[in-house]
Amino acid sequence: MRPAAEPIVTLRGVGREYPGGVIALRDVDLDIGHGELVAIVGPSGSGKSTLLHIIGTLARPSAGSVTVDGFDVAELSDNGLSALRATRIGFVFQLFYLAAGVSAVENVADGLLYTGAGLRERRARAVRALERVGLGHRLTHRPHELSGGEKQRTAIARAVVGEPALLLADEPTGALDSRSAESLMRLLADLHQDGTTIVVITHDREVAAHLPRQVSMLDGRVVGDRTES
Amino acid sequence: MKPARRLRATRLSSREVLRLGGHGLRARPLRALLSALGIAIGIAAMTAVVGISTSSRARLDRQLDALGTNLLTAGPGSTLFGAPAKLPADAVGMVGRIDGVESVSAIGSVRGAKVYRTDLIPRAESGGIGTYAALTNLPVTAGATVAAGTWLNDATARYPVVVLGVRAADRLGIGEPGPDQQIWLGGRWFTVIGILDPVPLAPELDLGALIGWSAASSYLNFDGLPTTIYTRTDPNRVAAVRDLLARTANPAQPNEVEVSRPSDALTARAAVNVAFTGLLLGVGGVALLVGGIGIANTMVISVLERRGEIGLRRALGATRGQIRIQFLAESLLMSGLGGGAGVLLGSAVTAAYASLQGWPTVVPAWFVGGAAAAALLIGALAGLYPALRAARLPPTEALATT
Repeated sequence: MRPAAEPIVTLRGVGREYPGGVIALRDVDLDIGHGELVAIVGPSGSGKSTLLHIIGTLARPSAGSVTVDGFDVAELSDNGLSALRATRIGFVFQLFYLAAGVSAVENVADGLLYTGAGLRERRARAVRALERVGLGHRLTHRPHELSGGEKQRTAIARAVVGEPALLLADEPTGALDSRSAESLMRLLADLHQDGTTIVVITHDREVAAHLPRQVSMLDGRVVGDRTES
Repeated sequence: MKPARRLRATRLSSREVLRLGGHGLRARPLRALLSALGIAIGIAAMTAVVGISTSSRARLDRQLDALGTNLLTAGPGSTLFGAPAKLPADAVGMVGRIDGVESVSAIGSVRGAKVYRTDLIPRAESGGIGTYAALTNLPVTAGATVAAGTWLNDATARYPVVVLGVRAADRLGIGEPGPDQQIWLGGRWFTVIGILDPVPLAPELDLGALIGWSAASSYLNFDGLPTTIYTRTDPNRVAAVRDLLARTANPAQPNEVEVSRPSDALTARAAVNVAFTGLLLGVGGVALLVGGIGIANTMVISVLERRGEIGLRRALGATRGQIRIQFLAESLLMSGLGGGAGVLLGSAVTAAYASLQGWPTVVPAWFVGGAAAAALLIGALAGLYPALRAARLPPTEALATT
């Protein structure tokens, strides 16, 4: 199955160096195919977050080339990258980043704000996305009225409401207890079953072990790439 | 692998931008309220200052309309050698013949006739009240009205009766005229038959005791010379009459006549108030500036605190410009709400003060527009730097803060 016929993400010789000479990534080659569910696993400081930022076009590499859904990142302007993220990439973060004082529906609808969809359409799709992640009964609740697991489900709904080609999750279970974490991983597996390409970053080998493909990182390099058969 | 479609970032409509700004304020309502309060206080102070001074000006205009600006007075000035001058006895008649004069009246100061409540008051305590012989048509010409009792008529002008100005009555402690209200005037008893309202165009009458022309001559050795001639003129010929007044009142010595237009004094007083208003406006401006700094401070803190939100929005596909406009909108919304509240508050203060003073309430539209523009300008200036900072923040850095 790997690499799929047409990769959605292609990294060739990607390096990333921060000012001051800190090297976060060295010479990474990576293909992620359409419909894959990939774990990028490694200890903290191994460069996995930097890798996620580069795949998500939040940062540009200092060396090498990155192609996402057919677009060469180097050829796109800053606004072009914004448009790419708005229409093709969904993000889930460890800290949820839900807007306080705003209902779950509004939070999820914000995921479509930069796609140009109208308010009514955004709300309708947000309701559907919340139902899809099992929060149809929490539509008008505000973040402080939701449990940790529910908050992360809301964040996932926001990430997938635009039906992105690629879902990137940065330590999505990092702030959750083990039961919530388990059910969250089941939700990601369900989304994967429905055809979404998902990349999960985690330092937790146990979490990674449940996923079909595991890319291991250490000191800014890919040191292993294992696919369950 | 060439991109099949072009990527273009979408634009946010101004409604979306406003909604975003509103969300930002609603997330921290107390802070937004306090920041807007600074602007509100500045604008309210300026609105109240402008509103009250405009209202007072409107009251003056109304008063001048009612009193008329066509009253001219002529009185004796001083001779070339500095001695007090006199007007001739027939000055009133001569002035009355000037073309354009509609009515003419006069008072003559009765020297040496002091006014006391009773004959038991020590001589020195005269209260500063002047005794004047008055022609019976004085109220019509000078714009005086009787508050209580009656004015002098041809009959009573020959008897020892007196009409008091409002302040004179107050000093003597006389609230009501009547046959038993007598005062000790020039060494004999005079009966108080009337009390005048305040006379804005002839304030000298307020502290006067007015008696009939012939009574003054027969009881108090009045010399019969007028000391102030009041003339009402055709409103279109005020200037022409003014030029002729001195020469007509005293043809022999026109330079010894002092001519004035009492409504000018009221207008001049209003002009002094304008200078004072400018000072208060400056104070309001400082308050507004401080309010603007408050908003800038809030926005800077807000950008620091909301790095996560900025990073998330960039991840959701917001461009730098969209982040910039969101924070700018928040700042503008805060200052706009503050400005609106300030105008309402200032207008309320103006209305309360004006109604207390019995003035019309006027808050000029140009000022309301200017205040709104000033508030928004300050909001834009205060929000600009924080908004630029928010937009420049790289998304990875914004998301890195934990």
